Amino acid sequence: MTTVANFAIDYRQYLNEHGEVNTKLPDFANNSDTLIQNYQDMVLTRTFDLKAVTLQRTGKLGTFPPILGQEALSVGIGSSMQKDDVLVPSYRDHGAQFQRGVSMQEVLLYWGGDERGSNFASANAKDDLPISVPIASQYLHAAGIAKAFQYRQQKRVAVTFCGDGGTSEGDFYEAINLAGTWKLPVVFIVSNNQWAISVPRDIQSGCETLAQKAIAAGFTGVQVDGNDIIAVREASLNALEHARNGNGPALIEAITYRLGDHTTADDAKRYRSREETNAAWQREPIARLKSYLVNIGVWNEEQEKNLQTQCAAKVEKAVKAFLDMPKPNVTEIFDSLYAQLPEALIEQREEAISEASS
Amino acid sequence: MPEITPEITLVEAIPQALAYEMQHDKDVVVLGEDVGANGGVFRATAGLHERFGSERVMDTPLAESMIGGMSVGMATQGMKPVAEFQFMGFIYPAVNQIVCHAARMRNRTRGRLSCPIVYRAPYGGGIHAPEHHSESTEAMFAHIPGLRVVIPSSPARAYGLLLAAIRNPDPVIFLEPKRIYRLVKQEVPDNGEALPLDKCFVLREGSDITLVTWGAMTHETQQAADQLAHQGIQADIIDVATVKPLDIDTILNSVEKTGRCVIIQEAARTCSVGAEIAAQIGEKAFDYLQAPLRRVSGYDTVMPYYKLEKQYMPSVKRILNAAHELMEY
Ligand SMILES: Cc1ncc(C[n+]2csc(CCOP(=O)(O)OP(=O)(O)O)c2C)c(N)n1
Ligand SMILES: [Mg+2]
Repeated sequence: MTTVANFAIDYRQYLNEHGEVNTKLPDFANNSDTLIQNYQDMVLTRTFDLKAVTLQRTGKLGTFPPILGQEALSVGIGSSMQKDDVLVPSYRDHGAQFQRGVSMQEVLLYWGGDERGSNFASANAKDDLPISVPIASQYLHAAGIAKAFQYRQQKRVAVTFCGDGGTSEGDFYEAINLAGTWKLPVVFIVSNNQWAISVPRDIQSGCETLAQKAIAAGFTGVQVDGNDIIAVREASLNALEHARNGNGPALIEAITYRLGDHTTADDAKRYRSREETNAAWQREPIARLKSYLVNIGVWNEEQEKNLQTQCAAKVEKAVKAFLDMPKPNVTEIFDSLYAQLPEALIEQREEAISEASS
Repeated sequence: MPEITPEITLVEAIPQALAYEMQHDKDVVVLGEDVGANGGVFRATAGLHERFGSERVMDTPLAESMIGGMSVGMATQGMKPVAEFQFMGFIYPAVNQIVCHAARMRNRTRGRLSCPIVYRAPYGGGIHAPEHHSESTEAMFAHIPGLRVVIPSSPARAYGLLLAAIRNPDPVIFLEPKRIYRLVKQEVPDNGEALPLDKCFVLREGSDITLVTWGAMTHETQQAADQLAHQGIQADIIDVATVKPLDIDTILNSVEKTGRCVIIQEAARTCSVGAEIAAQIGEKAFDYLQAPLRRVSGYDTVMPYYKLEKQYMPSVKRILNAAHELMEY
């Protein structure tokens, strides 16, 4: 017998759960300004997220999927991308979307039941896709976007996210298989937050790691501590550079934990223990980065207080702008349906207008 | 002491029927995403996992094509899977399996193999759900030869029709109007009695106008009929319930009596179940019609995200307008 294939999956962590560095840092992480910026963005993301849940609880927002606990992953990936890369997000990636220039007001508008929230104003996000709700379907879009870049010989990369649950879908496998075969410039992120609603990771897949699914598709998969922004950024910067230089796709499995309910319509107490969640809080990403920054002397309580105040103010401003938005007009459901409204639909449009006004 | 039958909602009638049938038929199993410990995101499989265990109430990996296709495999071996799609909007990855295999296996093998599967899914709008969670695409499935499409509109009909669907030897798409999952409560005796499939239900009798509908829209239609009654107009209400195959006779009997018919559906208008009903009335009851047919429906637009969903969905007022128009014709 001969062995015809062999593989190993690397796992990276720089900051442990106490914020201690346990190995030599990558170069970018020696620049504390970058880390401070990341920290501030993570805190803003969390402030927004907590506020969004409150808005839902008070009837001002629809069903909302909190990103609580996954801020390092979302901010880390989003901040590694270059401007003209394209983000293809799932529904739990607003931290990355903010990095792309999508506004908090737009994200609120979207979860407030209004398609205008997917009409991003930022020039930076103009080619980014709206969030995708049908699980893993977006992985194929990212492959197609990468094909467009390859076809046009552009040095751009598509970056897409899905969850641990998403890796079970056919679309996931079809996308990575194509990307591996055609060496497409795409970076696949698997946000392994241990749960797909009530279904735990271990009954989602028999694989030891989700990263190794990339091996079967012909390219490298790595695992990182998704609550360590340094590990996340190092992996994503490498993967982006690799893809940008024409070396094909990469997959990053980020190990994290969904600290909140699946969405505001879910009650996680029904299927997981408080002990498990409490233990996961010990590993959450923001406290660990903060303690690292404090330990190396570049962050203090006064700065922290200011940051909290600033974040709260920014979020309040976005919330106000969102709440002050005039309601969409019923004609909107017709006017973006086709490039030009077909003759056959004009009567229905008029019917809708007269129903809405009577 | 007489047994007390508690009143239950439509969404509680589902696990009641599932439990009854699982208790009496070992071949019946439940599978889907979050149907186990969580009891389903709407609680439509609540209690089943505790009672029947993981062997018979299976939390699957997150993959609808798998759910659709592995049900086909189990069913060809005589099992009776009841598979849940978490929302109708997520059934599409399984359409290949449902259309190319479940619907055709009996015909392809000239009866040697069959697919006694129930594919359940909550469907329809009106609960402020996220994108893709509110569509009504029953017509897509009604179009497919070999499938049945069943839509209950009350707790008792949910119980009786689900039992009938499970016992039916062919694949059934069982769509649960989630807007009325918890709207009304009703006594539903757990007696294992199935209701007839392929039959419309007459919910109300009147001689002036026929209102044909199904699913959650039965409620707006009943409210409209109440108001019409105050105005001296008596409506027949027909709950189609099984939209494929269509019990056109019950509808024709009513239209022959009233001469007027409004079809009310949440779904978009073009190529819909309502279009089929209208076509058959046109073919078979033309001589009885005293006014044109009217359809009150969703528009031929993407189901809007929830800020505008109310404007999309047929209202009592729209039903009344259509009825008045026909009465004055
Ligand atoms: C195709 C499809 N099937 C089912 C659903 C319903 N659903 C929404 S989220 C979810 C679980 C997703 O879990 P995972 O991929 O781990 O992502 P997470 O929510 O944990 O970020 C399910 C089943 C869906 N949105 N799309
Ligand atoms: Mg997950």
